[in-house]
Amino acid sequence: MSTLASKEPEAAAEPVEDGAAAGAAEDRAMPAEAAETGAAETGAAGGTGSSHPDFEPKIVAFCCYYCAYSAADLAGSMRLQYPANIRIIEVPCSGKVDPVILLKAFEEGADGVYVAGCMEGDCHFLKGNFRAKRRVQAVKKILDEIGLDGRRLEMFNLSAAMGTRFAEIAEEMTERIKELGPSPVRPEASAARPATVLDGAAEQEAAGKQGEVKPE
Amino acid sequence: MTAADAAQAAAAAVAGGPGDAAAGATSGGASGGGGGCRTSSRLERVLREGHFAVTCEIGPPQSSKSEGILKHASVLKDYSDGQNLTDNQTAIVRLCSLAAAVHVIRAGGEPIMQMTARDRNRIAIQSDILGAASLGVRNILCLAGDHQTFGNHPGARNVHDLDSLQMVQMVRAMRDEKKFQCGDQIKSHEPRMFVGAAANPFGDPFEFRVRRLAKKIAAGAEFIQTQCIFDMDRFEKWMRMVRDEGLDEKVFILAGITPVKSDKALKYIRTVPGMKVPDELIKRMEGAADKKAEGVNIAVEMIQRLKEIKGVHGVHIMAIAWESIVPEIVERAGLYPRPKVEVEEPAEAEVAVG
Amino acid sequence: MIVAEPKPISEVAKLVGDSRHLLIVGCGECVTVCQVGGEKEVEVLASALRIMWKKDGRQGTIDTQTIVRQCEPEYVAELAKKVKEADCVLSLGCGVGVQFIAEAYPDKWVVPGLNTSFGGGTVQAGVWEERCGFCGDCVLHLTGGICPIIRCSKSILNGPCGGSQDGHCELDKDIPCAWQLIYDRLKGLGRLDLLDAVQPPKDWAASRDGGPRKFVKEEAMIE
Repeated sequence: MSTLASKEPEAAAEPVEDGAAAGAAEDRAMPAEAAETGAAETGAAGGTGSSHPDFEPKIVAFCCYYCAYSAADLAGSMRLQYPANIRIIEVPCSGKVDPVILLKAFEEGADGVYVAGCMEGDCHFLKGNFRAKRRVQAVKKILDEIGLDGRRLEMFNLSAAMGTRFAEIAEEMTERIKELGPSPVRPEASAARPATVLDGAAEQEAAGKQGEVKPE
Repeated sequence: MTAADAAQAAAAAVAGGPGDAAAGATSGGASGGGGGCRTSSRLERVLREGHFAVTCEIGPPQSSKSEGILKHASVLKDYSDGQNLTDNQTAIVRLCSLAAAVHVIRAGGEPIMQMTARDRNRIAIQSDILGAASLGVRNILCLAGDHQTFGNHPGARNVHDLDSLQMVQMVRAMRDEKKFQCGDQIKSHEPRMFVGAAANPFGDPFEFRVRRLAKKIAAGAEFIQTQCIFDMDRFEKWMRMVRDEGLDEKVFILAGITPVKSDKALKYIRTVPGMKVPDELIKRMEGAADKKAEGVNIAVEMIQRLKEIKGVHGVHIMAIAWESIVPEIVERAGLYPRPKVEVEEPAEAEVAVG
Repeated sequence: MIVAEPKPISEVAKLVGDSRHLLIVGCGECVTVCQVGGEKEVEVLASALRIMWKKDGRQGTIDTQTIVRQCEPEYVAELAKKVKEADCVLSLGCGVGVQFIAEAYPDKWVVPGLNTSFGGGTVQAGVWEERCGFCGDCVLHLTGGICPIIRCSKSILNGPCGGSQDGHCELDKDIPCAWQLIYDRLKGLGRLDLLDAVQPPKDWAASRDGGPRKFVKEEAMIE
């Protein structure tokens, strides 16, 4: 059962992995080679999911305040069950979501990401969800190009009244990402991780890690 | 007054009557002074004597084989007053029009060398004209050329250093002013060619087409060959506009005709930019039992109609890949035999290739 | 402005080769406007490449910096610190920018991330079209402000050619016939007379055909 994630600013900087999730770290550490095959078989459905029966995806959901976030609220009030894998980030409008944030989420190790906005034609800011749709399409293409599989990213539309649909989407995406397997991007070991990606140099020095990929 | 008489009158006017004050100081108009020909072109002679001229087309091969050209030319020379050699038509590499023209001369014909602006810059064009004239070529048709994307070398650099009007101007100046495009003098043996250009009565903007024809005449075009006509009504409309501007008295107009073998061919032609085909014609071909024969019938009927249109000085029969049908069409249209004309040899004899 | 298009990421990844310390440089002018090389696009590309590198288990850093414009040595000089740490510089500027960076840092491997295409402008959000070919001898006053060199596929100065049909070019129904446009514009202005004169052949020496060009304004030279 999930509870609402606390309201967080749409800081793309937020690391997906929290230090406390030791169990999750185990999921990560394990299937290094399986992750490679997962990446190699971009087109194969469910190829790697079965080799990770304990894989719990980390999925980030950018939810717009007016519809998607309200629907999430409603799902909570209705006591609907949906996977705990979803980390919700509230945004004032799905149109606020920039390609950079979506990519950053994957860079930080998200296995899946989705953007949830109002129904087409009902966006509080008129066209924000159309912009979001196009940007999601563009980033899906980039994900395919870089071998991460565009299916890890999706756009959904729902209204504030659709608590059930919110739960459904969460289920859907979790299942899809389970099929696809963990993201082939290897995250940092949690201890050495900087709090935000904006803290560049100081953290790396502290970590003393030579030649590791620095989040910028 | 029959069209033939009108043609004669027009020819007389063009040849140096009082109405021949052509626009454009650079060109001096389509006529020569004193009614004489300005070149030893047989086509020019036929037109200036007022005959309804016939020209046709030979498409050079995509190889170095000359036999086909020789074969066609040896037949067509008796059924036409000039034979066009296309220049890498539709931007597909073919035996060049200059060489093809020389082959036609060998076969006893009268070549009209087509030259496009697409592949050669002004240096190459002038050079080719000098060469062609030295080998006995006396007629040139100046064209922009189909864009190379239509052909088999779409990645080629397209030149278009000049356009067709500038080419006409240039070739006229080489002949009449004995000057290269840069202004230098041609000290002797200037190329003396009968200069033509194309006109498309079916291109857009329609109302500007006649004005552009006037511009081509001002640039120095002496004869015009049009794109092939299927929409005779539209062509007549264009001719009316041409006559209204008095252009038929300033330039010789040869209307284009293409015999088609099938309704499929007509439908394909419809897709080519600059072409218009009326529905009735397609229906007629669809309903015909012998499509080839019907295609010939249509061509003959069109030519007969053209002979009646005032201002049309001849017909240009483009039977590419069906050159063998031209004699029949010419005969049935009542245009055989071709008139015998005396061609003056120019002062300096040209050496014809043996 | 100069319009460019992004090279495919796979090609860019090849161009940076074995780089371990990549610097991606953006430009604040034209490529920002056509959204292929500004600060945002630099971040997107950096993130995408980092994901690729991480995925492939590749060690390395990717830094970014966007300057006001890359075609100005003063601004290019601001890159010095980051260029020093880099083993490869990926420029998302137009071809001019790439060259200025390469010239300023000749001992660094500098590669282009864009294919620079044409001089043009925005016709609607997200759509840019070619308008100017930098021929060096502008004749727009003769054609009602529509360029026959660039907008006519054959660069005809005495158009239209026979292929103009229903207002579009024989090449493509989506390309308007420049001469139809010119005709309509001059007709509206009552200046069709401009189309009567035969325009002479163009002096291409003023264009790139005459060799690489240079412009000097004496009074602006400081020394």
